[in-house]
Amino acid sequence: MTNNKKVKQIDRRIIFLLIFIGVALPLLITIGFKIEVTENVQKAYDLVNSLPPNTKVLISFDYDPASKPELHPMAKAVVKHCLERDYQIICTALWPMGVRMCSDTFESLEKDFPNKKYGIDFVNLGYKVGGKITIQKMGRDFRSVFPTDTGGINIDEMPIMDGVTDFSDLGFVFSFSAGDPGIKDWVMIAHDTYSVLTSGGTTGVSAPAMLPYVNEQGQLTGLLGALKAAAEYELLIDSPGSATNGMDAQSIAHLIIIIFIVIGNVNFYKNRKKNRERG
Amino acid sequence: MKRKIPLIITFVVGLLVITSDFIPHKPFGTLVSGLENWFMIISAFAILLGTLSLIKVSVLKIKFKNENWKYYILTLVSFFVMLLFGLFWGTKTQSGLFGHGEAISSIIGLKPFDYLFENIYEHLQATMFSLLAFFIASAAYRAFIAKSFESNLLLGAAILVMLGGTSIGSYLTGWLPESLKFLHLPNIAAFIMKYPNTAGQRAIIVGAGLGIIGSSLRIILGIERSYLGGS
Repeated sequence: MTNNKKVKQIDRRIIFLLIFIGVALPLLITIGFKIEVTENVQKAYDLVNSLPPNTKVLISFDYDPASKPELHPMAKAVVKHCLERDYQIICTALWPMGVRMCSDTFESLEKDFPNKKYGIDFVNLGYKVGGKITIQKMGRDFRSVFPTDTGGINIDEMPIMDGVTDFSDLGFVFSFSAGDPGIKDWVMIAHDTYSVLTSGGTTGVSAPAMLPYVNEQGQLTGLLGALKAAAEYELLIDSPGSATNGMDAQSIAHLIIIIFIVIGNVNFYKNRKKNRERG
Repeated sequence: MKRKIPLIITFVVGLLVITSDFIPHKPFGTLVSGLENWFMIISAFAILLGTLSLIKVSVLKIKFKNENWKYYILTLVSFFVMLLFGLFWGTKTQSGLFGHGEAISSIIGLKPFDYLFENIYEHLQATMFSLLAFFIASAAYRAFIAKSFESNLLLGAAILVMLGGTSIGSYLTGWLPESLKFLHLPNIAAFIMKYPNTAGQRAIIVGAGLGIIGSSLRIILGIERSYLGGS
């Protein structure tokens, strides 16, 4: 009788529990798996590392709190790198919540860079609706799209905005993007139309769709895809943070998923064999 | 007339924008710059429209006690609480109608809007996204079954990319000698992402691009009229 019984599926609650333990434990107890730097992260790092001090760069925060665990660590790492290089950072957002992601990033780095001043070393210009069209408009006349910052201060009063009229005044554009509008729009307008060096970071699910833009034409100069890329960037700037800690948890979670896939397949073949034996 | 005028406007504006791409000088550059302003203003109004629509839909669901109508009360309460807190005491950088709300900030540490945003909204959104990990694990266990050649291919690629995309992948094959480094899991994952994935993605991008050109032409030429509403 027992032989005729189907191999039972594992209860999904057990899967949930094991995933929970697999994610939670490495966050509490650091394993410290080795992190290797991949080509695309190295390219993005080299871009950020290549410009002289006081270069004006644009960082666009095109994500919301839903993607914060994945994108925020890489945003922090890149902004930290830019501040270390003494770049002047102009922040924008194509997503409404991106404004807060930007302010949160700078607040978290305040202790590391007490001498950096708002309006001189960095500025948060806020959100503008319109995606691709907004970028296009910025390329024609930057100041008409963002006449003030998020606090309503006229950008003419800020030293950081001196001489910024269009994209040609920027060293590069870096977009942290969780979807549309995002990196693709920056590539199509900022790079392809106005020839600004463009790079970005995106979530794991979006990264495969962005990879075609990392090509010989340099539409994207490198790409940070998912938490692993953030951990690699943290390694490159020698500043381990939440991405490095999170990689252990992600690695274990992936391993658990793979083990369950293997179990699922073994069960499937066992059932198929039993069905065949029964005729 | 009611349909002809929008069709003429669409045709003229479509041609104008296309022409400005090839001749970005006066008068085309200036005209398109004006159109870009219009687009941004209209898009901003769409946010207002969306808000009004949310209120209308929620009120109707509550009024007629549709299924799960109680959740719509929660939606409206949450909406108005955030709206009013933002209006009364502002956000981080902006003051509200009653100033910066220093008295409340001294108790809860932040402005009311920021307090709710940072302590409720951010965590709710992150939680919703994080739940995916659990559902993906369960779905992968049930769906990733090697039944055919294609599913074997998919399964193999998925496992290699998953392992190569984590630190465990580096750990598992990190001992390989230099001559066999191409078998190193992160290298295999990078190869899959760089070549087969990019080739497939490019095909999709080119296909979608051609589709967009086709639909845009249909709209500009007045063949596709569904955006005007009606039949």
